Amino acid sequence: MTLTQADIDLEIAAQHAAYEKRIADGAPVEHQPRRDYAPYRSSLLRHPKQPPVSIDVSKDPEVVELSSPAFGERDITEIDNDLTRQHHGEPIGERITVSGRLLDRDGRPIRGQLVEIWQANSAGRYAHQREQHDAPLDPNFTGVGRTLTGDDGQYHFTTIQPGPYPWRQHLNAWRPAHIHFSLFGTAFTQRLVTQMYFPSDPLFPYDPIIQSVTDDAARQRLVATYDHNLSVPEFSMGYVWDIVLDGPHATWIEEGR
Amino acid sequence: MTKIDTSRPETVLPTPSHTVGPFYGHALPFPGGGDIAPVGHPDTIALQGYVLDGAGAPLPDAFVELWGPDPDGNIPQVDGSMRRDPASGGFLGRNGVEFTGWGRVQTDANGHWTARTLRPGARGRNAPYLSACVFARGLLVHLYTRIYLPGDEAALAADPLLSQVEQARRGTLIAEDRGDGTYRFDIRLQGEGETVFLEFR
Repeated sequence: MTLTQADIDLEIAAQHAAYEKRIADGAPVEHQPRRDYAPYRSSLLRHPKQPPVSIDVSKDPEVVELSSPAFGERDITEIDNDLTRQHHGEPIGERITVSGRLLDRDGRPIRGQLVEIWQANSAGRYAHQREQHDAPLDPNFTGVGRTLTGDDGQYHFTTIQPGPYPWRQHLNAWRPAHIHFSLFGTAFTQRLVTQMYFPSDPLFPYDPIIQSVTDDAARQRLVATYDHNLSVPEFSMGYVWDIVLDGPHATWIEEGR
Repeated sequence: MTKIDTSRPETVLPTPSHTVGPFYGHALPFPGGGDIAPVGHPDTIALQGYVLDGAGAPLPDAFVELWGPDPDGNIPQVDGSMRRDPASGGFLGRNGVEFTGWGRVQTDANGHWTARTLRPGARGRNAPYLSACVFARGLLVHLYTRIYLPGDEAALAADPLLSQVEQARRGTLIAEDRGDGTYRFDIRLQGEGETVFLEFR
């Protein structure tokens, strides 16, 4: 039997209600999705069933995961953060600029670290061989960028507004427009891969991937804010998206860095 | 709201994780990602394994990041893992001399990954290990594990993590010696022989 959007809607609602009940019963807020979130079917055989083994890093400053790989100017080129300048011609679509700060849980900026992004083009198609969505490729847009954060944790990208796209998990399944982000902190424990969304997307309620974050406030933190002050006259729409990395880090090592 | 007010700590809350999805292959992997060891280094080891799901099927759309110290147990703070060419806009690859300690390897169509790195040295009370972080389509939050190398049974027995893992699952954290400095380490996301995954607090 074909899996429909209505089937998925019911599952999303049930997961949300179960989370609300856990909160009402005194359970802690869940900032992260659960890996066994079944409305996203690809998770079914790919989540561990055993609980993770916990490591208290405060008891051992020598654990490898308290340090992070380093990246530098050699690992990027000057225009890697401008996805509209990687080909001979201009890509098609609405130009946008996305900027924000990379922070740790104490609100401190993470400096000089690598930020990688990738996304679909304005028609909702990735420049990936296995992508089968029948939308046009744009010869002037690859949709891949990277940068290093500045002294205040700031990052900045110029790109094209990505389009939404169908993804065949169920009948009429559509992903809201998003940009994938990959982030490093000062500790490997802070590693994060996530997706940034755009304000007021009508697809949010139907998408089991964004809905896998069942906490309403946490889900909102995946949505960029439109900021008219960041819009560049005659050029681009401006969005701001601050990112906060979870995971313990070694504050005593990083002082003065 | 995604402008964080750092003067109000209660608003500094973590950004949730999401899956990498299926279409990162033209974005994240880079040439030489698994060639972490400097060329010709005598302490080079080769690692290989499969990433498998709960039905035992290999994942063709996963990647693993490896992060470890040098043979003396020192943490590298060297950039240059994914050097770029400002002339062509392409990748230059590593320079083959410096050791960054970090690599990213994609599974191939058979779900198989390989990497060459330096044999990690011990740090503190820990037996030598590489940190491994697994990403895949279907995985909403990445998974951490460790790759310990067999051989020094005393060091493994004294390791703080290995000694708190139940005996039946401990072996999932220790690579299998295939001789000549080569090791096999499979990552099973679910089911029989499920790899021990870690959380940090």
